[in-house]
This record gives sequence, C-alpha cells and structure tokens, in this order.
Amino acid sequence: MVDLSDVIVPTSAADAAAAFGDGAGTTVLAGGTIVMPELKLGRLRPQRTLYLGRAGLDRIERDGAKYRIGAMTPVSKLVNGAPPPLSTFAAHVADYEIRRQATIGGNLCAPPGTSAPRGDLQAPLLALGARVRSTGAGGERTESVDDFLASGGNGRLVLDLEVDEPKRAATAGVRRPHAHAYSILAVAAAETADGVRVAILGAGPRAVRAASVERALAGGASNDEAASKVLDDVEPVDDALASAWYRREVLPGLVARALEDLR
Amino acid sequence: MRVTINDVERELTTPPLETLLHALREELGITSPKAGCQQGGCGACTVLVDGEPQRSCLTPLAAVDGRAITTVEGLGAPGHLSPVQAAFYEQYGVQCGFCTPGFVLATTALLERNPSPSREEILEELGGHVCRCTGYVKIVAAVEAAARGEVSDAAIHAGATGPSPVEPEVLVPGSPA
Repeated sequence: MVDLSDVIVPTSAADAAAAFGDGAGTTVLAGGTIVMPELKLGRLRPQRTLYLGRAGLDRIERDGAKYRIGAMTPVSKLVNGAPPPLSTFAAHVADYEIRRQATIGGNLCAPPGTSAPRGDLQAPLLALGARVRSTGAGGERTESVDDFLASGGNGRLVLDLEVDEPKRAATAGVRRPHAHAYSILAVAAAETADGVRVAILGAGPRAVRAASVERALAGGASNDEAASKVLDDVEPVDDALASAWYRREVLPGLVARALEDLR
Repeated sequence: MRVTINDVERELTTPPLETLLHALREELGITSPKAGCQQGGCGACTVLVDGEPQRSCLTPLAAVDGRAITTVEGLGAPGHLSPVQAAFYEQYGVQCGFCTPGFVLATTALLERNPSPSREEILEELGGHVCRCTGYVKIVAAVEAAARGEVSDAAIHAGATGPSPVEPEVLVPGSPA
C-alpha cells in the first residue's frame, strides 16, 4: 500500500476492500471524471479518499458467454470487450480521452446529474441483468444491478460486474451533438434467458427498467403497443438538455425502434 | 511525488488530490495546458500520460506518481517544431489558440497509434477538443498534412529567429482592429 498522506492507494483488490472497511467517511476515487471537478469546486470535502487506480480490478475475463468485468475497467475497453448493448453504450460515452479515463464502476455509482443524465452504462447493465459484486458493511455480497441501483450503492465498494452475452440486443437514443455527447434519452434492450429486458436512461434520476413494456411483450403485445406503456415506468424531468415534455414525446418511439431492431 | 515531465524527473510538492493541471501550471509554471472548463469538457488541459492523451484537470496527482507527462513544450521548440506542431503552423490550424496545445498533443498520440487515419477517425478521436471558434477545416487539414508527412522544412524551423521585430502599424488610432 502506498501512503500519500490523505489519499490511500491500495495496490490489490484485497487491500482496497480492507481499506474501504464499512465505507464510513470514505470517498472512492476511480477514474476521477466525476469526483475531480466536485473536489475542485469544493462541493466534496472528503475526510479520507481511496484512490483505486492501482488496485487492479481493471480486467475483463470471459468464460464462454459469461463476462466478469472489473470495476476499474475503463469505458474504452468495453467498446470491443463487452457484449452489446453495453458495448454500444460505451462507444457513445463522451469522447476518446474520457472513455479511457472513466470506469464502469464509477459510471454505475454515478450520482444523478442535475444538468444532464449521468451513468449511461446503468441502462445496458439493467437490460443485461448484470450482477454486481461489492464489499462494505457486512462483507462481500453479489446482487442484481436492479437491487444495487435501488439502494444507491451507498456504503458499497464495487469489485466487479458479471454479465452474460444476450441472445439479441438493440439500442436507440437521442444525444446532444457536443464534444461531450450527452445522452438526452437512451433505450437499451436485450433478450436474455429471462426474456426481453428493456431499460431507459435519461427519464429519471437513474436508469430504470421498463417493467410495463416487458410485461406487455411477454403477454404478446405488438412492439408499438408495448412501447406505448413506457410512460408508466418513468418520471422524466426538465434539465439543461431537454424538457420532461420532450422526453415523454420522444421516448415511446425510441422504445419501439429498439424493439424493432431486437426482433 | 516523483513525475517525469518532458523527459525531466521532478519531485512535486503539490498535494496528491490536487489536479495534475494545477501542479503543471502553478508549481512548475508550465502554462500550455489551459485551465478551461475544468470539468473535462473542453480538452484544453490535455497532456500525454505515458504517450496517451488525458485531461490533466480530471487527473489527481496521485494517479501520475512515477509516470511520464508530455506537454507541447516537450514536443519541440521554436526553430525545431515537431511535425505535428509544424503542420498546425503551416496549415494555420489555429484560431484563438486556446485549444491548440490539446489538439497538438491528441494529434501526436492519434498518429502514433494510427499513422494514416481517415477523416472520420480524425473527427471522432479528436472530438473531445472541439471548441466553438469553428476553425476546424484547417485543423483537420493540419492533421491530414502531418499524417502524410507534408510538412515543409521552413515550417519545422519556424520561430528560429524569434517573433517578428516589426511592430504592427496602427492604421486608425483607437480602432479596435
């Protein structure tokens, strides 16, 4: 372990878990793309910072149709190393440099943005039914990404994620054409062993499953009928990129487009 | 913390959670990386870390302990420009110049990993540096010229004799021009 006064720099995953403990008072610094501006602006004043850049956890291991993705894996490595729709979303995150620096663990744990949606990868991880392995109070546990996001990930240090190659995958989205290429709205759909799963980014504080759409599809509804149910699952808000009204207008069409591409 | 900057090893006293940008500008006086948006969006603070472009404003100093940083000062000097610097000079791939160090470094790294990028690849991989002055036609022309090696000796040696000693003539006193 390297001691840099107020920053703890673990050099293995086990060291990282030990140093994190129950997470009380600890700020986790991964790629830094979200945390560093918060520090710079003084909005975040950590008592204790855990920098994960040397903890390993940055590999993708593939065993047949199963992928185990370390929390510190940069977004850029997912573009060719992860299954769709995760790879497709990864390719659309920000720009070349940010994709190299930002990590999947940081993206999963991104606090909701106030001016633009954050955590683009949450949607494809929900669609794929990812499992999240984390440590913290009570020790290590593995849970569905749905449960992990519902609890907000507070007090947990993500170690890795596991996803299976889907039978089919599709995406649809609207982005703001800017260097940072913010996602206004995005839809991730995947056919897994559990059936078709659909998740939406940009229509609430975090990405959410479109459970009503999934139920309608399972009940034999057409793509358009199923897609029209999506507004039951989301609570769009106004932000710097688009109004809630615009998002409600556009979202059913995007879901229908993703479902068309899936079949 | 020990960091190699433009081939010179330096011991830095800036705290480990400060940004690399802050250490470069405030401790070392290297001002080519610009403090633009300071949230990763503008690309003007970009430096090379072990040869790959990275936002120095998003990089804690703790992340570069023991690593090699390159700024444009490390690529060339007046009279001995690097091919990419010379191409930007010759093609006039500069408007206000604020984004230029980031563009030059990102281009240097791009041509290292892909010596003959397509126009689409250039636009995609340098997209994080796009600012708002609209001078991109000449920037892309500069990247293409550097990739093809179409850089004159005169451009490589530009600046050898220092800036022009001739003061610009003021046509109308008080005119903003």
